[in-house]
Amino acid sequence: MKTIRHALLIARKDLALELRTKESLNAAGAFAIVILVLFSFAFEETEQIKEIGGGLLWLVFAFAGALIFNRSFARELPNDCLDTLLASPLSPASLVTGKALANFVMLLAMELISIVIFGIFFNVNWTRHIGELSLVFALGTWGISILGAVFGALTVNLRLRELMLPIIIYPLLVPLLIAAIELTKLLLSNQSMTPNDFLWTKLLIVFDVVFTALAMLLADTILVN
Amino acid sequence: MREKIAIGTAAAAAALLANNLYQMFMVLPDEALQGAIYRILFFHAPAALVGMIGYFVALTFSILYLSSKNFLHDSLAASVVEVSLVFSVVNLVTGSIWARVIWGIWWTWDARLTSALVCVLIFFGYLVMRRAIEEPTQRARLSSALCIFGCVDVVIVYKSIDWFRTQHPGPVLDFRTGGGKMDPAMAHIFWLNFLAILLVAVALVLVRTRQESTAREIDSLRRLAHTAA
Amino acid sequence: MTSAIELAGVWKFYGDYAAVRDVTLNVEEGSCCALLGRNGAGKTTLLRILAGLSSFERGSAQLFGVSPRQAHAGFLGHGIGVYEDLSARENLHFFARVAEVAQPESIAAEWLERVGLANASDMLVRQFSRGMRQRLALARTFLHTPKILLLDEPFTSLDDRAIAMLSELLVESRRRGATIILSTHQLREAMVIASHVALIENGRLRHAGERTEAMLDDPGLLYRLHA
Repeated sequence: MKTIRHALLIARKDLALELRTKESLNAAGAFAIVILVLFSFAFEETEQIKEIGGGLLWLVFAFAGALIFNRSFARELPNDCLDTLLASPLSPASLVTGKALANFVMLLAMELISIVIFGIFFNVNWTRHIGELSLVFALGTWGISILGAVFGALTVNLRLRELMLPIIIYPLLVPLLIAAIELTKLLLSNQSMTPNDFLWTKLLIVFDVVFTALAMLLADTILVN
Repeated sequence: MREKIAIGTAAAAAALLANNLYQMFMVLPDEALQGAIYRILFFHAPAALVGMIGYFVALTFSILYLSSKNFLHDSLAASVVEVSLVFSVVNLVTGSIWARVIWGIWWTWDARLTSALVCVLIFFGYLVMRRAIEEPTQRARLSSALCIFGCVDVVIVYKSIDWFRTQHPGPVLDFRTGGGKMDPAMAHIFWLNFLAILLVAVALVLVRTRQESTAREIDSLRRLAHTAA
Repeated sequence: MTSAIELAGVWKFYGDYAAVRDVTLNVEEGSCCALLGRNGAGKTTLLRILAGLSSFERGSAQLFGVSPRQAHAGFLGHGIGVYEDLSARENLHFFARVAEVAQPESIAAEWLERVGLANASDMLVRQFSRGMRQRLALARTFLHTPKILLLDEPFTSLDDRAIAMLSELLVESRRRGATIILSTHQLREAMVIASHVALIENGRLRHAGERTEAMLDDPGLLYRLHA
């Protein structure tokens, strides 16, 4: 209970800071738009786009996500704020969870912008299965966000931090991205889910649960040196 | 003492390998369907097994480090990952050569190939991160955490990629099929060569662990000199 | 007298190099202990251990019978520990809620008043002068009236007004029974404030005991006797 309250406190503080400075949202948003425009040169606006649209979108999310996650703990470095937080009653687990929550909200905002632009640029109607699509986005985004928070914490004091984070998290995200891409592809091409596809939803849930648990378990190890 | 064990293991591995190579090329006949190239299997599959076993041995050492804070465990974990990575790459390369001959392509995005590649990428990240951290305690702590995340992910990767269609040949070894898929003479050499490759891996790990300890000693001496100055 | 801080045989390693070596130290409740020693002697590492920011390999550390991570001491390190892009009020409000004080809003307002930042409370810290930042950092450190205060070189970067304020806060804290450990190499200031002294050299505790009258007259005495 206390962990959740503290996590919300951290998330709210991070979102307030982000709204004021717009450091990561501007970068991530601009990046997403540029990539979507570049994709339009690479692929014809045809039926083909519904096939690859899922993959395209999740790659944009993962890459733009890295820009958000790099700032996540780096934001605590000036003035040694990270030390101050760790010396307070706040537990490392709640700190990581709070960062993940803030990442989650920022990434979702970025995803919403991306999919609207994607729909316009490539003439894809993505609103037909909006309920299922939201669920897939939420589950996928949480998984990316929690890993982003953990490895944001793990790399925060390393030299070459910005390079290290993507090298480590993209391979780890492979199963999540496969599942999210499969499901998004399905929903964009207006097919309904078969029982076989629930397997992918289950995979997303397992990924989220397992890595959230692991993150909370190892938060102390990662943050207290 | 440790040096002697390393040399002994390496010698045993060399002797066994020599015997195995003789058996493979001089005694065993070509395989009925594949011809001569099937022999690559004697290296391809053991390399994969040794690599995979290695990652979970490294996981064990990482957990041991976190509970004991004994640097030997960290050195062992790092060395095992490094050596496993080498064997995983051997696995990928030999597999690729085999695929070129039998399938006519170097690479396909088949389930097992993809999982093996993702595994290599995960633990490559582990080694890159170790390089980026100078302070040994921080390095040990953070890489142990990463190793745990990596190994858990490997399990999920294998499960999830398995749900894609598989092009890779099905299991042939007895413990996967219940017997009868592989000629006993071939199976015999296969396991002997698995042992040989395992010994090579152990010898390499011993040497690497020693180097890791020395590097840490040098680091602490440098720190000492720094404070004395 | 009960011990507020109990360190027993604490070792902290960076690789094979021991930064803190077998430190055993008891600090009585309500005392003010000055941690002395040269740069790199291990003062900061020891304070970080007490603040729960650093783990250690051997020994035990307890603050009022609980681990450093659960003790929630007031900690002021080298950085001021406040956010540049939040206002003074938002900063204090946030840290008050993190420290779980009752009525964080009124506490934050009260402290802004105390450190003379009431008029600047809605300004971003980014726009603050050096002195204003330091006073905000003091408010952040003291606002949850901690039973234990850990201050790492608190006097080095402060301006006169902040030094006066810190001295006043320390006196007041001791009056309400708080225990203070501060590291410093400004001997003269340390001797005036401290009731006890501890000298660290190469990670080892060389001496720990009461601050005597002789030390007040001759601050260098401690070094000559024990270093």
